[in-house]
Amino acid sequence: MNEAVKLHFLVDGEDFTSAGQASVQVKKSLRELGIAPEIIRKVSIAMYEGEINMVIHAGGGEADVLIYEDRIEIHLNDNGPGIANIDLAMQEGFSTAPDNIRSLGFGAGMGLPNMKRYSDSIQIDSALGKGTRILMVVQL
Amino acid sequence: MTVSEMAKELSLTAVSGADGERNVSGVYVGDLLSWVMGRAQSGNVWITIMSNINIVAVASLADVSCVVLAEGVVPDEGVCKTAEQKGVNIFTTEKTAYQIAKELADLSL
Repeated sequence: MNEAVKLHFLVDGEDFTSAGQASVQVKKSLRELGIAPEIIRKVSIAMYEGEINMVIHAGGGEADVLIYEDRIEIHLNDNGPGIANIDLAMQEGFSTAPDNIRSLGFGAGMGLPNMKRYSDSIQIDSALGKGTRILMVVQL
Repeated sequence: MTVSEMAKELSLTAVSGADGERNVSGVYVGDLLSWVMGRAQSGNVWITIMSNINIVAVASLADVSCVVLAEGVVPDEGVCKTAEQKGVNIFTTEKTAYQIAKELADLSL
């Protein structure tokens, strides 16, 4: 596998009931590629949290997953409102999710912390009014 | 112990019996989905009262062995159908989360 395997997804920001579909598809693809279960779990959780964030906060976006010989890269891009204070957003328990989202069991302030915990590195590039770009890497 | 054996011991009702032969290991109790996602371990029995469609994705991605909906909570048909398709086991029971957890502990889980 010299060239990266590339997966591309449009994350629908309107349909909360189907949120997570891209992550479920990635899990399936990684399983088919014979990736170790613990790596699949890390990628699935990190990506799902990113996907849910794009649905809750940004009206959707795009996700690209690149599978290399030594690592998996998860690229998440949206044109949402951006993150005002990334340090604050990284704290467990901090959330700006609205009440209707909380009633579904989200908005615990664990999204970004889980993305950090389950990836080996995370870069967040965000500016108010300009959206958010995230790169997470999981080493194989 | 398999999911089916565990469900029989606790008299749980299957609303999605996708993979009863899966082994169960450990238990996690929680309703905040991201919390569960981050803390539940692969193979756990996940006890919750949250029954919306998003529990299917969380259960699948966190790789728990099954979901047990406590206190008489019943998911709608769409949730059951999706769970079957995604290979996620879901059970219902009138028992409280505490009662289920205690019975699972008595089974040495």
